[in-house]
Amino acid sequence: MQVLTANRLIDGEAVWLAADHSWTDTIDAADIARDANAAQRLADIGEASRRANAVVDVNLIDIDLIAGRIAPKRLRERIRASGPTNRPDLGKQARPLAAIAA
Amino acid sequence: MYRYDEFDRDFVAARVVEFGDQVARRLSGELTEDQFRPLRLMNGVYLQLHAYMLRIAIPYGTLNARQMRKLAHIARTYDHGYGHFTTRQNLQFNWPALKDMPAILAELAGVEMHAIQTSGNCIRNVTADHFAGAAADEAADPRPYAEILRQWSSAHPEFSYLPRKFKVAVTGAARDRAAIRFHDIGLQLKKNVAGETGFAVFVGGGQGRTPIIAVKARDFLPERDLLAYMTAILRVYNLEGRRDNKYKARIKILVSETGADEIIRRVEAEFEMLKDGALALPDADIAAIQAYFAPPAFIERPGGVALVRQARLDDRGFSAWLERNVTTHKHPDHAIVTISLKGVGEVPGDATAEQMDAVADLAERFGHDEIRVSHEQNLVLPHVARADLPAIYKGLKTAGLATANAGLATDIIACPGLDYCALANARAIPVAQDLSTRLAARQDDIGDLKIKISGCINACGHHHIGHIGILGVEKKGGELYQLTLGGSADENAAIGEIVGRGFGPEEIAGAVETAIDVYLAHRLSPGETFIDAYRRLGATSFREALYGSAAAAA
Ligand code: SF4
Repeated sequence: MQVLTANRLIDGEAVWLAADHSWTDTIDAADIARDANAAQRLADIGEASRRANAVVDVNLIDIDLIAGRIAPKRLRERIRASGPTNRPDLGKQARPLAAIAA
Repeated sequence: MYRYDEFDRDFVAARVVEFGDQVARRLSGELTEDQFRPLRLMNGVYLQLHAYMLRIAIPYGTLNARQMRKLAHIARTYDHGYGHFTTRQNLQFNWPALKDMPAILAELAGVEMHAIQTSGNCIRNVTADHFAGAAADEAADPRPYAEILRQWSSAHPEFSYLPRKFKVAVTGAARDRAAIRFHDIGLQLKKNVAGETGFAVFVGGGQGRTPIIAVKARDFLPERDLLAYMTAILRVYNLEGRRDNKYKARIKILVSETGADEIIRRVEAEFEMLKDGALALPDADIAAIQAYFAPPAFIERPGGVALVRQARLDDRGFSAWLERNVTTHKHPDHAIVTISLKGVGEVPGDATAEQMDAVADLAERFGHDEIRVSHEQNLVLPHVARADLPAIYKGLKTAGLATANAGLATDIIACPGLDYCALANARAIPVAQDLSTRLAARQDDIGDLKIKISGCINACGHHHIGHIGILGVEKKGGELYQLTLGGSADENAAIGEIVGRGFGPEEIAGAVETAIDVYLAHRLSPGETFIDAYRRLGATSFREALYGSAAAAA
């Protein structure tokens, strides 16, 4: 399973592509691709958005579903989804309802 | 301290306007990311994991109170209230928005600061001994020469597109506090027998995936030849350095692949043609720059010794701090204070806006308005009267900056690692925090020990040259830490040896403690430091303790 991630151009915020084709700043709201076709669809939408200069660094990342929640396989992506592990007061983990254990 | 002249001011102001325009064109979509990336990098703007990062140059690590307050103000206004001092004597902000960059750079320009040449394949911010101009052991203040190099290298038309980045470090003392043997060019200012000033020139050092100790190209280069010789080295490198492979593009690879003797021969041939030409530095030009760095007027304060003695009796905390964080100054009534940014369990190099303001206040009140940033990620007050040490200690304590650990096991260098850095393979900060907490209670017994941690092979955390070095790598999606022992950044330069297989995130701190226990068990006396003992003992007993005797025999 994969989700599509990027950084927002204007402020660099890590974002994920949601089902309504908007970029969401919490990974929980990301649209999950369960096969290669779905992943390609996400990538195409992301590419269009990159060309429209909404985001940069667009990437598909591998995830698992753990207790119904999206958990990236790589630590790097888990940290992007939460914030610096040494600063729980910063990044997405510090915002209500967005906490994801890295 | 150096003040911008009209040229500097116009140059920086023009760059702010130019970059502001580039950011606007990027945000409007007129520039693509591929077009914009090199432009933002030229101005110190990176994209990291969570946000953009802005890297601000602190030339030769020197700044004044006004500049420090400006950094605090930027931290508060455009970031999350803190900044990270790096091993390159830069300051990094971790959270600024791209849209705010022009405003931040305009604020910086207002205090004669910028982020130019903190990235890209150019000559980067020239670093210097953080005790420059104050240390009792230096031949001369290296900063005027660093400033001459800054002026010469800024937007240098011939050297703006080198095969790879290029780092220069300068020291004025034989005791190397600036790691000059691990730079593309390292300069050691010295006097010859006739009392003239010149440089020992080291070339081709570096860390990263291929750590190499620089070779000495010249034992004594007269100061007037500095720019001609630098130009000769850069010219040979620019022409012959490899551009086909980013990992083989640094001058250290050119020197080691071609042979040091041959490269030096080519440099000398180039230098022969350049010397005595337009690049020769007239004494008057050197003197003009030196005037900016004239030492402050030190007032005799002979009462300091008695005052400090009494304060030591009254306060053990002060006494411990004095022993570790206060260094001999060239003026007998004065001292150099190292302000530790490594409180127990804290993030190496991070300072809050409040702490920056507090340091600025102390520098203004007691320190002739001078602050330094060290490559060891600490701050320094280079010129304070001994008589003021108790008051300074009190001020630092209030700001949470009085940790008495300079040069001890908890004075750890760590790069941002996977908590921030887009290139990282593993985290460095939590490892440093864990080690700091574990080692704090016995660091006085352990004595001088440099632990350095990098989150990837780029080695921003100087792991190769730590007495104990830790390198984070990614293994099967998780973190693994390689341990190296015996590295050294100073005049007895050495690259640490990898002692065996790596350790998991939960094991690495224990492995470091094991290595320290081996040292404590084998040292001849408490006076024999970790690095001395390691040099005497070799790796075997450490390896045995870390991996068992079978591994040590293998
Ligand atoms: S060593 Fe690697 S992880 Fe650390 S700051 Fe440098 S590039 Fe990033």
